[in-house]
Amino acid sequence: MTAALRTEIRKITTTRAWWVNGAVMFAYMLVLAMIMAASFVLSIRSEGSASTGLPGGATLDPESVASSVYTLAVALGYIFPAVLGALVVTSEFRHRTITPTLLAEPRRSLVLTSKLLAVIPFAILVSIAGVLGTVVGGAGTLALMGEPTFLGDPDMVRTIGMSVVALVLWALVGVGFGAVLTNQVAAIVVLLVFTQFVEPLLRILLAQFDATETLSKFLPGAAGEAVAGSSLYVSSGLADLLTAWQGVLVLLGYALVLLVIGRLTTFRRDIG
Amino acid sequence: MTPTFDPAAGVVSVVGLTKRFGAVTAVDDLSFSVAPGRVTGFLGPNGAGKTTTLRMILGLATPDAGTVTIGGIRYADRPRPAHHVGAALETASFHPGRSARDHLRVYAPEVGVSDSRCDEVLALVGLTEAAHRRVGGFSLGMRQRLALATTLLGDPQVLLLDEPANGLDPEGIVWLRQFLRYLADQGRTVLVSSHVLSEVQQTVDDVVIIAKGRLVRASSLADLEAHARPAVRLVSPDVDGLARLIAASGWSEVTRFEAPGVAVIEDHHPAQIGAAAFAQGLEVHELSSAGTSLESLFLELTSSAEVAR
Repeated sequence: MTAALRTEIRKITTTRAWWVNGAVMFAYMLVLAMIMAASFVLSIRSEGSASTGLPGGATLDPESVASSVYTLAVALGYIFPAVLGALVVTSEFRHRTITPTLLAEPRRSLVLTSKLLAVIPFAILVSIAGVLGTVVGGAGTLALMGEPTFLGDPDMVRTIGMSVVALVLWALVGVGFGAVLTNQVAAIVVLLVFTQFVEPLLRILLAQFDATETLSKFLPGAAGEAVAGSSLYVSSGLADLLTAWQGVLVLLGYALVLLVIGRLTTFRRDIG
Repeated sequence: MTPTFDPAAGVVSVVGLTKRFGAVTAVDDLSFSVAPGRVTGFLGPNGAGKTTTLRMILGLATPDAGTVTIGGIRYADRPRPAHHVGAALETASFHPGRSARDHLRVYAPEVGVSDSRCDEVLALVGLTEAAHRRVGGFSLGMRQRLALATTLLGDPQVLLLDEPANGLDPEGIVWLRQFLRYLADQGRTVLVSSHVLSEVQQTVDDVVIIAKGRLVRASSLADLEAHARPAVRLVSPDVDGLARLIAASGWSEVTRFEAPGVAVIEDHHPAQIGAAAFAQGLEVHELSSAGTSLESLFLELTSSAEVAR
């Protein structure tokens, strides 16, 4: 087990993908948080409350502005850890290194488990980078504009910390997803389309009806926000969330189900 | 120090191996065994089922029927298999962003060796200079050397190499030949696949020839060579003198004339023909071996299997 784990960790450290992923996430989150923070503040000043731009004309108070900005990584940036996780599997198929991998360790469940565990430390670093981007960009902008940052608030600190947890869970979901869809380009495209388009749309649609409103809480993005305990969607009154630990279980559930499917399909077939 | 190996642990045994892809039977009831201490050529035209067979030997593909063992144990059942069996299947199995050394370091923990062993095998295949360069910029020949280095990491008793000469320059082929000989002489089992016999002709002791997924021949190279028929091409400006020589020597039955003054005499060696021509005082412009080469015998064997289908 330790040998397989060391091999999988070395696979990540010997390529650039993980830190490029973290660097891009940091930069993206930094800019996004600055823009969002500034536009919320300007909106409050001109209208007395911040318009979210979302249906329903929901508004934000200053504390919600801060928490919405600090959880942008969970609401909009989880694609980064998800891709990090998916690449751990898909790059093996893209570069056909899955062959030497299975020659060195033919126990396929062990290979898959090692990949899942190996990605965790890197997912933590990438997630910290992303959350740091939102905090630096968001708090910096709020402070510059003379607004409270709420960074001393224990609840806010907890939300920020739990954002990292949510993003790390997304990396595990990514590993499972990569095991199911091994084509690297297809995996990234599907992840992008689902996280940036399908899920946001689904959540807005499902929230419109009482019968389906509960269902929307179990979507992976909503579960991630539940872990953080806050989000743009909640602040804007669009949706309720599960509790944090329920969110953890739901995301772990997605990861586990995808991993099992990947083990029974991709990792059971003939390789090559 | 010469390593010592238990010969029984080095025997690759393929029994009744069958693999179907839909309606196509890629490997059809194939049985053969590979002996330790020898270099065995695993030969067949492209699409004969060589790589599919190797994949089944290595547990990457599941056979529809039959068994494969190395030293009596299935590859996937062997703990730390890379310690016993070194295999290279494709030339492109590298992450282009990794350096050669990092490529080896990735597998080192699972193979059960230290980082210094990575440097050792890089030196063995002559890649020390390129150790820290990204594999993405490697030539095909360098990739082949790195693939070979990967198989050697665990100092395995059994080596299974798929088309290892592909992409090597002539110098590299000579080097590979000597290297494989050296490994076999230590008592290791060495199996090299190729789609051209001439490429491995000077390297192998034994041949396993397959076509259309079926065994065509498994024998020593010497036995195969015995089936190659000798023939001599004799060219003389003295058309009548040439005809007289052939008639007088009793070769009429085995001779055909390609042109006046150009004869091909089968079942004879150049020395016999040359001696007779000299004795007759025949002016000779060309005397050359024109026999069935091993390569054409190989082509004949593999294409007749096609006819048999």
